[in-house]
Amino acid sequence: MSRRAVAVRIEGIVQGVGFRPFVYGLATRLGLAGVVGNDERGVFIEVEGGSAPVEEFLAALTGDPPPLAVIERISTAPAPVTGRGTFVIAPSAAGGDRHALVSPDVATCDACVRDLSDPADRRCGYAFTNCTGCGPRFTIVRDVPYDRATTTMAGFRMCADCAREYHDPGDRRFHAQPVCCPACGPLLRFVGPEGPGDPLARAVRLLREGGVLAVKGLGGYHLAALAADEPAVAALRSRKHREDKPFAVMTGDLAAARRLCVVDPAEERLLTGPARPVVLLRRLDDLLVAPSVAPGNRWLGVLLPYTPLHHLLLRGVGEPIVLTSGNVSDEPIAYRDDDVLERLGGIADAFLTHDRPIHIRTDDSVVRVFRGRDLPIRRSRGYVPHPLPLAVAAARPVLACGAELKHTFCLVKGDRAFVSHHIGDLENYETLRSFTEGVEHFRRLFDITPEIVAHDLHPDYLSTKWALDQDADLVGVQHHHAHIASCLADNGVDCTVAGPVAGVAFDGLGYGADGTLWGGEFLVADLTGFERAGHLAPVPMPGGVTAIRQPWRMAAAYLDLAYDGDVPEDLDVVRRNAGQWAAVVALARRGVNSPLTSSMGRLFDAVAAVAGVRDAITYEGQAAVEFEQLADPGVDDAYPCRLVETGAGFTVPGAELVRAVADDLRAGVPRDVVAARFHNAVARVVADGCALIRTACGLSTVALSGGVFQNLLLLGRAVTLLEERGFTVLTHHRVPPNDGGVSLGQAAVAAAMAAN
Amino acid sequence: MAHGAGGKATQTLIEAVFLDAFRNPLLEPLEDGAVFAAGGTRLAFTTDSYVVSPLFFPGGDIGDLAVNGTVNDLAVCGARPLYLSAGFVLEEGFPVEDLRRISASMARAAAAAEVSIVTGDTKVVQRGKADGCYVTTAGVGLLERDAPLGVAHARPGDAVLVSGPIGEHGVTIMLARGELDIEADVTSDTAPLNGLVTALLAAVGGKVRCLRDATRGGVATILNEIARASGVAVVVEEDAVPVRPAVRGACELLGIDPLYVACEGRMVVVVAGDGDGDGDGDGDGDAEGGVADAALAALRSHPLGEGAAIVGRVQDDPPGLVLLKTAFGGTRIVDVLVGDPLPRIC
Ligand SMILES: [Fe+3]
Ligand SMILES: [Mg+2]
Ligand SMILES: [Zn+2]
Ligand SMILES: [Zn+2]
Repeated sequence: MSRRAVAVRIEGIVQGVGFRPFVYGLATRLGLAGVVGNDERGVFIEVEGGSAPVEEFLAALTGDPPPLAVIERISTAPAPVTGRGTFVIAPSAAGGDRHALVSPDVATCDACVRDLSDPADRRCGYAFTNCTGCGPRFTIVRDVPYDRATTTMAGFRMCADCAREYHDPGDRRFHAQPVCCPACGPLLRFVGPEGPGDPLARAVRLLREGGVLAVKGLGGYHLAALAADEPAVAALRSRKHREDKPFAVMTGDLAAARRLCVVDPAEERLLTGPARPVVLLRRLDDLLVAPSVAPGNRWLGVLLPYTPLHHLLLRGVGEPIVLTSGNVSDEPIAYRDDDVLERLGGIADAFLTHDRPIHIRTDDSVVRVFRGRDLPIRRSRGYVPHPLPLAVAAARPVLACGAELKHTFCLVKGDRAFVSHHIGDLENYETLRSFTEGVEHFRRLFDITPEIVAHDLHPDYLSTKWALDQDADLVGVQHHHAHIASCLADNGVDCTVAGPVAGVAFDGLGYGADGTLWGGEFLVADLTGFERAGHLAPVPMPGGVTAIRQPWRMAAAYLDLAYDGDVPEDLDVVRRNAGQWAAVVALARRGVNSPLTSSMGRLFDAVAAVAGVRDAITYEGQAAVEFEQLADPGVDDAYPCRLVETGAGFTVPGAELVRAVADDLRAGVPRDVVAARFHNAVARVVADGCALIRTACGLSTVALSGGVFQNLLLLGRAVTLLEERGFTVLTHHRVPPNDGGVSLGQAAVAAAMAAN
Repeated sequence: MAHGAGGKATQTLIEAVFLDAFRNPLLEPLEDGAVFAAGGTRLAFTTDSYVVSPLFFPGGDIGDLAVNGTVNDLAVCGARPLYLSAGFVLEEGFPVEDLRRISASMARAAAAAEVSIVTGDTKVVQRGKADGCYVTTAGVGLLERDAPLGVAHARPGDAVLVSGPIGEHGVTIMLARGELDIEADVTSDTAPLNGLVTALLAAVGGKVRCLRDATRGGVATILNEIARASGVAVVVEEDAVPVRPAVRGACELLGIDPLYVACEGRMVVVVAGDGDGDGDGDGDGDAEGGVADAALAALRSHPLGEGAAIVGRVQDDPPGLVLLKTAFGGTRIVDVLVGDPLPRIC
């Protein structure tokens, strides 16, 4: 029988995910000899034996890798036959695997969940059990190489039992860096009212009695309360100073989630998958969740337990809990033990904490499902730092500094884009520091020294100001170009082959190339450039940022234009705001602190206020979110809106839509019909605009991006119309359409420009 | 040029053009005035031009504004203002009656500040080449005190005060333009600060690090200059910043932040904390304590400082930044605006 030998090299997420034991098991089962090891590029294998088993070995490598492994590249080459007799796992050379990829945190696997409730298992009821298939990763890594000594587990010395498992290639905890047990690992601690029982029992009791509990999770502290307990949830709201923004709910399992919401197969896959994000689900008409959890919302954010502690807590409580980030208002989530008592002391009645430090603050991810595929709203825990592939590799390393709200940054080496965790809103010092420290952390973890720094054009973004101080080649990327580029990168489109696309970027606002505020943009774009083909007709924002907090001001500005200065006084929005109406209209007309904007988000705000949804908001996008839910999805007709061709492109007369809405309301048309007709009109505007661009430029692919496309009603109708007209439509699946995706777009632009 | 708002754009213009052309050690710090010795006497010297519209507004006019502004620039150098010049650029056809009114107002302001206007100049330009009347004043003052004052002198542990409610002048001007349908009981705060400075220096002279009148760009811009020049952080308690309800209401409506609104009779004061290299060597580590309270009492004892308040403190980290502690305990970064304020929310 002929004997052959092959050398294999594998790159991707192949370290710390049980890849070597998998290879070891496979090779020994097939009777092959050789070696497997980690090095700085990934995993190397030398394998020899009979031709057929070697073939089978190679097929199984790519066909059935460990669940957490992501194979990005695999290469094989013939090797000299040595005649060796055994298969071994090579010890890592010192400094050898310095920059292998760090995996995202992984939800507790089924095997570990089973251990939790197995009285015979020494980790029964232990809140920190994990294995190579699950457990903390990104949140505990301090430095490279990824080794216990460089994680926040460094302070816990493995006991003899754990060490044996750690060194046994046949054990599912082989080389699981955070491996531990009650004898040697982290322990729970309860800080709160005196009482009997262990920390978990006391925490469970506190929740069951209606208390607010701070729980230390993977990426930070959460605040918890019984989801069905209205006084408890209301207390949590008022103490957190969070007026209306919905809370997420953690249920013990999928069956419990189904008692609250409709869960389709794609949503089930997300809910139960290893990333374990908050999934926005359609609520059942039920009374199982207190009104204060998600006031007036048809959707509910649901997540399943993702750490052993969550499993134990939910099992103890026996019913769903609200689980929201541990912070006051819009501050970053608390994650350090030394300041958490001070920061959350005024909110939580007690703390369920432990002694394993969190190194990197990481919020829960949030995802919706659109047509069976992920539509990320926030990409963070469970996804980060998994790199996204770029169609055009960067010739030089890039740092993209992102936007301002929902901030992320992105580092690029070659064709790998490392989009950061959700940093937060870059207006606080804490978030600014999270950004700068995060950049340093990523640079070290992935060994990237950026030579190109990409940034937004808004001169007052803290990310822009920081970028301008860096000693590197600077690339300013217009905000909406970055949105479209992020959608292209998200979909792996190579514009050097596919050509430019029609990009529709609808958002709150971004700094335009002409110094005005854009946000209702039709661009003809590829990665290296864009032209503004069309946009909403600009309107003043009376009082600048105040017009964002008070959507009725946008209604005033739009109505003044729509009715040519003669706004009917019987409109409810006018009556409700009569005291300041004239002054705000005067601000708009005189242009006093009233910057012009072509923002689609502001048009939604205006219409929402006219329709009586709300005059002032307490969280970003609230009026538009509530307006979407108001719409009757059974209504198919739309307000007419004729695009105005200007020679240099076209404008969208938003005031005409506002007029149509106001006239309908005055005529007594129900608000849910009005809301639907408006959504349908905007969807038609999208399709009509793209058709105009196709006529002028011959494009057939459309990219939809910007925070407005989180609106599923609008997104669905726009995609349908575009597809009916023969367009290929790109939407977001890996990064959010909102500003959380801007850093990837900036990075893709900078990489493509450097390649030119 | 979009260089008018007193923000970073103006700063960049000054640095790129004028500092470059005129560079010398006296100009370099870009303080409100220059301080130098002449014939054995230490003097402060400053100049300012006034282009306010409208010329007459509740609480004052371009005349007393021009006198007070220059008096204040001298006063915050620690000098006793002595003599002023006045230059006028008039648009052809400008009413003599208005000019008389402006002159009378300047005379009254000079008398109140105990300075004399001792030289001047007048030019008339064609109709349309100027907007009514522009006034330029310059002034010299006598330095009677040794300890240097300046934006670079703040140190960790220092206390930060403002001499009264902020934002009144800027809001008054915006409303006085008469384009807006806004009624508010607001008048300009234009006033000479030299008496107030004298009272402060008499009480805590050796402990004063820095005085600045918060004109264009408001208190926020001054605090940023201090943070940057001194390499320190300035932490302001939002609740402690005095703003009159009428001003707050108008700012709300206009959508502007009072911290960025111009004052013409308010100053920012930085005084040493005890035990932080201030020379008293008591080393008691008291961050604000006695000195700040004494400074506050001195300011409040003067009619122009009745509304004074301790608004914050200086700390070492993060250097160069101004942080605003909000009511919820957050720390918003109060940055210098690059141009006209534009919303940043997406
Ligand atoms: Fe955006
Ligand atoms: Mg001045
Ligand atoms: Zn596991
Ligand atoms: Zn152990």
